[in-house]
Amino acid sequence: MMKLLILLVVVLGAVAIAQLARVYELTSRLRNKREEDISPADNRMNGRLMWLFLVAYFAFFAWLVMAYGDKMLPVAASEHGVETDQLMDFNWVILIIAFVLTNVLLFVFAGKYIHSTERRAMWQPHNNRLELIWTVVPAAVLAVIIIMGLNSWNRITGPAGPEAVQVELYAKQFDWTARYPGADGVLGATDFRLINGTNPLGIVTSGSIAQRMDELSVQIAEMDSVLANTIMADGKRDELSAQVERLRRTQARIINLRTVMELDIKEKGDASQYLHGADDIVTKDFYLPVRREAKVLIRSRDVIHSAYIPHLRSQMNAVPGITTTMKMVPTITTDSMRTHVMNDEAFDFVLLCNKICGASHYNMQMPLTVTNATDFDAWMAEQMKKPFEAPATPAAPAPAEPAAVDSAAAVSATAQASVLPN
Amino acid sequence: MGATTAHTEGHAHHAHHHEESFISKYIFSQDHKMIGKQFLVSAIFMAWVAVIMSILFRLQLAWPGEGFAFTNFFLGDKWAPGGVLDPNMYLALVTIHGTIMVFFVLTGGLSGTFSNLLIPLQIGARDMASGFINMLSYWFFFLSSMVMLASLFVEGGPASSGWTVYPPLSALPQTIPGSGAGMTLWLVSMTLFIASSLMGGLNYVATILNLRTKGMKMTRLPLTVWAFFVTAVLGILSFPVLLSAALLLLMDRTMGTSFYLSEIHVAGEALDHVGGSPVLYQHLFWFLGHPEVYIVLLPALGITSEIISTNARKPIFGYRAMIGSILAIGFLSFIVWGHHMFVTGMNPFLGSVFVATTLLIAIPSAVKVFNYITTLWRGNIIFTPAMLFSIGLVATFIAGGLTGIILADSALDINVHDTYFVVAHFHIVMGMSAIFGMFAGVYHWFPKMYGRMMNTKLGYAHFWLTFVCAFGVFFPMHFVGLAGAPRRYYSYTEFTMFDGVMDLNVLITVFAIIGALAQIIFTYNFFYSIKRGPKAVQNPWKSNTLEWTTPVEHIHGNWPGPLPVVHRWPYDYSKPGKAEDWVSQITPLEHDEEEH
Repeated sequence: MMKLLILLVVVLGAVAIAQLARVYELTSRLRNKREEDISPADNRMNGRLMWLFLVAYFAFFAWLVMAYGDKMLPVAASEHGVETDQLMDFNWVILIIAFVLTNVLLFVFAGKYIHSTERRAMWQPHNNRLELIWTVVPAAVLAVIIIMGLNSWNRITGPAGPEAVQVELYAKQFDWTARYPGADGVLGATDFRLINGTNPLGIVTSGSIAQRMDELSVQIAEMDSVLANTIMADGKRDELSAQVERLRRTQARIINLRTVMELDIKEKGDASQYLHGADDIVTKDFYLPVRREAKVLIRSRDVIHSAYIPHLRSQMNAVPGITTTMKMVPTITTDSMRTHVMNDEAFDFVLLCNKICGASHYNMQMPLTVTNATDFDAWMAEQMKKPFEAPATPAAPAPAEPAAVDSAAAVSATAQASVLPN
Repeated sequence: MGATTAHTEGHAHHAHHHEESFISKYIFSQDHKMIGKQFLVSAIFMAWVAVIMSILFRLQLAWPGEGFAFTNFFLGDKWAPGGVLDPNMYLALVTIHGTIMVFFVLTGGLSGTFSNLLIPLQIGARDMASGFINMLSYWFFFLSSMVMLASLFVEGGPASSGWTVYPPLSALPQTIPGSGAGMTLWLVSMTLFIASSLMGGLNYVATILNLRTKGMKMTRLPLTVWAFFVTAVLGILSFPVLLSAALLLLMDRTMGTSFYLSEIHVAGEALDHVGGSPVLYQHLFWFLGHPEVYIVLLPALGITSEIISTNARKPIFGYRAMIGSILAIGFLSFIVWGHHMFVTGMNPFLGSVFVATTLLIAIPSAVKVFNYITTLWRGNIIFTPAMLFSIGLVATFIAGGLTGIILADSALDINVHDTYFVVAHFHIVMGMSAIFGMFAGVYHWFPKMYGRMMNTKLGYAHFWLTFVCAFGVFFPMHFVGLAGAPRRYYSYTEFTMFDGVMDLNVLITVFAIIGALAQIIFTYNFFYSIKRGPKAVQNPWKSNTLEWTTPVEHIHGNWPGPLPVVHRWPYDYSKPGKAEDWVSQITPLEHDEEEH
């Protein structure tokens, strides 16, 4: 009903304006007035409106600041965040001064120097000294802004220290997964061709390679069978054949991966990342310890996403084919935020996706929990009981993960043992 | 110089013997004045399409999940079941809205209209260097528009990966339906558009450099022509890079290449592509993308110089500084593109270089603002609707330019990149400054285009409503962005952290609806006045530039007799010792008079 009324008002308003315009047009024709002759009354009206607008403009700005100033982000919960918030405030001071000065001059002049036949405009085509002043002053101010900004930028983007907690954030349409390095403190190597239901991040271990090869062989065999024994349209057949070929190529490249892995292990020994995947912790829980540097590596499975943690003032794109990094030192725990900052027991830091990635881009989030050192260590100890691949010790109960023998010597044996396609 | 003039004269006489049919006069016209009008009318149509799209997605943002008959009317049950916008279509709408506004309205509609209309008239030429290529540039633009509109109707929907169409999202149909046929048509449309822009740009540069009339030195050119000139150079140098980006994307999509793609697992399988980088696309895209926004803005700034000067009856303050700043902005615009990529994972040192260059570009921009304000000081201001929009442009340019300084600072950009803070910034400089320049230009040169006057009172109503509503839409967006709200989000109902600023979304949408309706006043005024506006005189604004020395009724070759000869710069307004407060460029210097 309300909408109908609004529509009616709008339509009638439009008709009214059109009719008024016609009336005005006819009367001006009667008065022999030309459209380009702006009457002194009209000039005065617009001049006054310019002044009125200036007041309304500043009032609107002030109202927005007062009403919403405290509804934006709370105090930054990271070391660099505190610094950039200060930099932001410093910038705002300069910008608002420039904003007020230029707008006041603009609107005051616009309303003040209204046309009069009694006088002429001032003849002042240029003033080089003035030009110099208002080129040099902004340049100097901007130089200061550049230097301060780049100082912060260098600190924020510099390498993380060796003691930093490492965590990987893995993005895919439409969720995040965290991966911690586990007991050995090193994140294992990954390969996207190993991705499947039990290995969503594509972690490389000889076990995951073997399991994936088996899986692919079964898939290929099934599809070959379907192609051989089913009647289907040509288009469908072409599509299926292409799919099978892709799977075969994937297998071939996984064999290649095995060789690369062997060579890397031979060259680097225990330092090779290929030996460190089994104990990685893959989890939907993203935890960070307070007051300790965190080095966050970011990867993506499919399209560009972005790891954005507004409360920590951190953001970095997740780009398929590249591992990006960001670092931060969280300074406020989740509990502190709940009790002291937000006064909200339900508050959580949140990691959101901030690069258009598809239909559910608006709902690709993961909560972040920042805890004190003790709680973090306790949490990590619990996580370490559920590594990516449980270690195969004779005394231990049967592992939930696919069977894995995890030593360099056994790699080639395992490789030979799995089914090799033609 | 003399030889060129004679040569041009010869051509003009040939042209006069031409029998004109409806087709050659109105459809495949080679007359720059008609082509300018063709661009304008097409741009107005495309602008309405994009405005309606913006209302559709603003309704969803203000009242998430609510069904609207308006939405269902335009999108049907497939894309808006029960009147609730589908999330894929939401992304499609923001994508096409952006594409149409940036390219079709603000590039085609600004450069295409005013460069075509004004360059030959303001430099004293019979027509563009090549009327034929000019005609082609319009028809490629028209074709491009048709292909873009056609993409709205394909099964998977139009391109939906944002107007920036970053791969892999835009390369792989499995990731979003709009990246199927819709994206292919987007690429075809943009290829045609780029061809159109290049043809136009080459014409503009050739004409300005070669066909200026006697006495029209570069330093006697109106600032509009300087702006159109630098804009054309920007386009010629940067659009081909977008074309390369698009071609490489096309190849990744259809020929199995891996320019932008590497190590992707999607729809349950590992893809073959290895070795490419999505960041390469971003470099190529933004190499055009940044100059593009200056291609959008510079003509508006040039138009503003002209209109403020004419209507303040005062020379534009600092003519040479204005030329210098146009050149500086043009040059710097090529070395700032990386500021769109601070958080892409590119080398931070490279990022620092772009911080420095981007903040530098603030200097010539500031100089322009100061010069506009000083032109008003002690002026004798006449408030035509064109003058209102020009003053409005300066106000919006101040607001939008200042927030650019925050965004240019990479350390600060980390927290506002891809939030509504960015959306606010670019809408204020493009969706306000540039479009105001376009409106100002239409009101001011309407008498030259159509030989009639637009209605002034309706112009006032249009300006004040638009000015208020546009600020009402885009100013609050800064706050939404500073609260951390990302852009291109279908809704914020899945979070509690934005609750404090969500009623701003309602305020914004209400202003957007009223603002959109206000454009009806302009559209009505424009089309009504073409046929029924009061007839114009030759020089209604008492302006000095050459276009006002041509007859009101259009003729091919612009001047009935010989070409005008220029004796002075265009800004002798209120010059001391003169009877009138204006002196046309064709008026010879008096005995003791000094040229400025």
